[in-house]
Amino acid sequence: MQQIQVPENNAAMALICLLIPLLPFIGFVINGLGNGKLPKSVVTLVGCGSVLVSFLLSIYLFISFPAGSVGYTTEIFNWIKVGSLSIPFAFQIDQLSLIMLLLVTGVGFIIHVYSAGYMSHDPGFGKFFAFLNLFIFSMLLLVMGANYAMMFIGWEGVGLCSYLLIGFWNKVTPYNNAAKKAFIMNRIGDLGFLLAIFLIFMTYGSVTYSEVFTQAPTLPVSSEMITAITLLLFVGAMGKSAQLPLYTWLPDAMAGPTPVSALIHAATMVTAGIYMVLRSNVLYTMAPITLEFVAIIGLATAVFAASIGLFQNDIKKVLAYSTVSQLGYMFLALGVMAYSTSFFHVLTHAFFKALLFLGAGSVIHAMSGEQDMRNMGGLRKALPVTFITMLIGTLAISGIPPFAGFFSKDEILAHVFEHNKIMWAFGLLASFMTSFYMFRLMFLTFFGGFRGTEEQRHHLHESPKSMTLPLIILAILSTIGGFMGLPPVFSENHSLGNFLAPLFTASQQLNPEAFGHHMDHATEYMLMGISVVVALIAAIIAYVIYVSKKSVPAAEGTETGLHKLIYNKYYIDELYDSIIVKPVMGLSTGLYRFVEKGIIDPVVHGFGRITMGGGRGLRVLQSGAIGSYLLTMVAGIILILVLNYIMR
Amino acid sequence: MDHLLSLLIFLPLLVAAIILAVPSRFIKAIKLLTLGAAAAVLVLSLMTWFSFNPSQPAYQFVEKADWFGLQLSSFGYFQVQYFLGVDGLSIAMVLLTGIVGVIGVLSSWNLQTKNPKGYFALYLLLLASVMGCFLALDMFLFYLFFEFMLLPMYFLIGIWGGPRREYAAIKFFLYTLVGSLFILIVMIGLYTSVIDPIATAARAGLSANQNATQFLLQTGKLASENLVHTFSIPAMTEAANYIPGSMLHLLSDREIFGYPARLLAFLVLFAGFAIKIPVVPVHTWLPDAHVEAPTPISVMLAAVLLKVGAYGLFRIAFPVFPEAAVYFSSFIAGLGVLSILYGAFCALAMSDLKKLIAYSSVSHMGFVLLGLASFTTEGVSGAIYQLFSHGLISAMLFLVVGVLYDRYHNRQISGFRGLASALPAFTFFVVVAFFASLGLPGLSGFIAELLVLLGAFTSASANGLLSRWFAVLAAFGILLGAAYYLWALQRMFFGKFWIKPELQTGTTPQDLTAREYFMLVPLAILILAFGIFPHLLLDKVSPAAAGFVNTMLSEGKTNLPEMLNLLP
Repeated sequence: MQQIQVPENNAAMALICLLIPLLPFIGFVINGLGNGKLPKSVVTLVGCGSVLVSFLLSIYLFISFPAGSVGYTTEIFNWIKVGSLSIPFAFQIDQLSLIMLLLVTGVGFIIHVYSAGYMSHDPGFGKFFAFLNLFIFSMLLLVMGANYAMMFIGWEGVGLCSYLLIGFWNKVTPYNNAAKKAFIMNRIGDLGFLLAIFLIFMTYGSVTYSEVFTQAPTLPVSSEMITAITLLLFVGAMGKSAQLPLYTWLPDAMAGPTPVSALIHAATMVTAGIYMVLRSNVLYTMAPITLEFVAIIGLATAVFAASIGLFQNDIKKVLAYSTVSQLGYMFLALGVMAYSTSFFHVLTHAFFKALLFLGAGSVIHAMSGEQDMRNMGGLRKALPVTFITMLIGTLAISGIPPFAGFFSKDEILAHVFEHNKIMWAFGLLASFMTSFYMFRLMFLTFFGGFRGTEEQRHHLHESPKSMTLPLIILAILSTIGGFMGLPPVFSENHSLGNFLAPLFTASQQLNPEAFGHHMDHATEYMLMGISVVVALIAAIIAYVIYVSKKSVPAAEGTETGLHKLIYNKYYIDELYDSIIVKPVMGLSTGLYRFVEKGIIDPVVHGFGRITMGGGRGLRVLQSGAIGSYLLTMVAGIILILVLNYIMR
Repeated sequence: MDHLLSLLIFLPLLVAAIILAVPSRFIKAIKLLTLGAAAAVLVLSLMTWFSFNPSQPAYQFVEKADWFGLQLSSFGYFQVQYFLGVDGLSIAMVLLTGIVGVIGVLSSWNLQTKNPKGYFALYLLLLASVMGCFLALDMFLFYLFFEFMLLPMYFLIGIWGGPRREYAAIKFFLYTLVGSLFILIVMIGLYTSVIDPIATAARAGLSANQNATQFLLQTGKLASENLVHTFSIPAMTEAANYIPGSMLHLLSDREIFGYPARLLAFLVLFAGFAIKIPVVPVHTWLPDAHVEAPTPISVMLAAVLLKVGAYGLFRIAFPVFPEAAVYFSSFIAGLGVLSILYGAFCALAMSDLKKLIAYSSVSHMGFVLLGLASFTTEGVSGAIYQLFSHGLISAMLFLVVGVLYDRYHNRQISGFRGLASALPAFTFFVVVAFFASLGLPGLSGFIAELLVLLGAFTSASANGLLSRWFAVLAAFGILLGAAYYLWALQRMFFGKFWIKPELQTGTTPQDLTAREYFMLVPLAILILAFGIFPHLLLDKVSPAAAGFVNTMLSEGKTNLPEMLNLLP
């Protein structure tokens, strides 16, 4: 991939590139230092304003981007230079980073506005906006960086923000557990990422994208090294994007305030893993074994997480498992080399999942903090805007045309169908479950009679403008967002695909097969028909159970058999606790008690005792009696003489 | 400034002497004098730092004078020099000592001391000796300062320490004394083997230059009574300065327990410094010393004293015995990884916050060994970076523990819950310190550990010395670091505010005072600055690191085969 430096007004471009992440950082500093002192209006202005300006600057970059170009880099300063290692602090502006920029700052801004309403009663208002701005800054570094080291900085930075925001209400112990778990589980992935960076540096002598990718084809396809690099990178992606087996932190992360769940744990941060694979697509294309692995993990996650989502009663938990499942879909797409399709789903998912989370937040807000759907019901009258917008989100995620999710999901399934029919069938199963749990969520929340307390009923209210407006904007995006990628049967012009194409030219040269269209229109229509029918059937089943029969999930602990297994999330948390956490803790106390206090210290004390004992023993000789000294002296002289004689 | 380096050492000594003359009722004056001296040292070290030219490989600000000498008939002339200088390896340590020196005085300000006069005089003595270690280029002088550190430290822990202070002080004293003994043995061995070529030429009345003298020496043309033995470290690093047939000459066939003398000498020297670092399994003095030491002394201990041990490896053990260092590289890296993991596991098991941090120091110092043993520019630069960065971070960590201890006279993790809501500003600095220590990007610890791990990882392909598994295992230490810090954070700072009933003071705890801000804010800023702009330090350090690696590898690898021929 060749880099073209934009020759004229390069300095201005560099400044704009720098300002985009810098503004949210300044917002973080102002709100952080002024925490508790600044009035809420100022906090809101700084927090939202900085992200809005970044968004506008991103739009400017997007518009002024030369179409069809391969992008450019702007170097700000030389960050690390030691020996043969040289890492510039530089930004890469190309199709991928531009769209991510728009997504992060755009959706980020909408969610900032929403937060101003949602968090308005919270004493930690300033702190919240400071953390949120810090997150935007880190995420922008992640997507704008021109090398793997900068991606890693952003990567760990968003992990920190995620930790701080999950544990935002840090007086509640389970929330802190969730935060700690998220950080540590992400760190496991980060280790893989770090080792991958080392291997990349060792192999290519650089960690800068442009240099790595131009040299990439020097390694043979499927060589051990390229497989190792891509697998290790993927370990990082598994952590950040919550794939099997490193997914359990994400459902727990719902402990954070709902805007956080929408922004970080649905729309942006968790898609960083997909961004990473897309960024490294050349490397992945050269490693078919890894791609197959990615596809299998993605598919397994999609099915597994969707099945857990079927019986969750916490409204946010349902959405969390849904996110894990949808991320699995995206990896499935990456695994079958449908790169731009995967990114398409990243975008549509960002719209509808942010919408669903914010909608859930609006419901929770109205229900005075209640999250259990068993205590909701019939809310559509009290919360009309929330209801309509969430319904749009549900239709979008279930893949009902013409909403956004239909196009991206259908495109993924079509690519999977070409790759492997069995995988396609499982993908369809996940899609069925998705539609079921989403309609179950809608029916339990908005239909039937109200099941909450009288007090909650009294407080029911539609959320303020600052919260409904973001819902409406996201609902519009979820409705029309799919049209940026129309399937071939409707239009030959896949605008997103065309725009992204230059990113994948190197991959295409390596493996032209994977990029061609082989499907005839009849098959394509058939696949579309099947997925829509499957989604509708699932919706109807949900309607029958939860609306016609008015059944409400039973109370805790009454589940049996498979239902119980699924309700308890297959006991994966318990499994991890007993095979990882407990042994590590055991090893740590064991080492301290038996090695430190049982071996090393006694040995040291032993030396001490020998010395002391020796001293005490020798003290006897220092009796002070001249006679014994003389005797010893004479004996000594005799001994020396004798030895002298023998030695000769 | 011709005597910048001498001033760095003797200014605090002079002020210590003045303090002894001040009547002890003028506590304020004593404190101000100490602070003034520490501040002057900081200013001087900054001057050294800014006028240091990294592109010049030779020692800078060199001061060299004959100190004393002795003609020992046919054994030759014994010379001891007052020889100071800085290069890229020591400049960072000088600056670090300057910074931490001031922080230490500030944190001593309200210490309830039994005898403030003695305390502050000893403190300055400690500061001067540490500085001396980093500046000395004559091994005798180095050893002198090295031993001098022991004395104030022993008293500072033993008199002003916690309840088990005597046990801790004696343990510290014995451990480091054994270490010093090891160093002394090798120092004497080196002294008998190494000559100063220029002084020898002068003494023998030859007009020969250095190379010619070395040639004469190696061909046995110099009379032994004319040889000028030296403690000069630069002289010790040149193989041509070793007397043929002497104990530590490269081609000496002396064997001790079946091992070539040089390999053994290196090991003994390494052991001496390893105790000071400390390296597992000779680390157990450290947690005890930390737990009993008063806060400022813990700060000095973790931030600069431990660095002296590692610096001894950089300055003496490795360059003097390059082939042995190369030969034992895997062993050293293995000890580094052992320290990283073992320290981290022990930290996880701790119930006392200060002890937890002490074990985390053991863990983090392991990275220094690993980076050093990688023999790559990245790894060695990273090791120096780690010394500097850990100095700042550990100072901050021990300060925050001190803040807690000042308020409750307790450091048990189980004694506190939800401190964040009672002491928000304090909690902020705790979080910064913890995340810096667990290697969060953007803070200085990350740069150091990244470079060390990268160096260790690429060593396999760059010079073939270390297996990649060392780096992979060490990386798990980072994971454990996240575990013990976040766990401690969660247990002590989050949740509902609660303090063990017997610790309650009845009053609302005070958040940070102005003096505490004054110590913590600069450290936090420095940690951030060196995390974002690593070139501030790397520009000064990495040329020297590159030179170090080149010399070590070229000499080490050429000399090693000859040495190994001697092995049975």
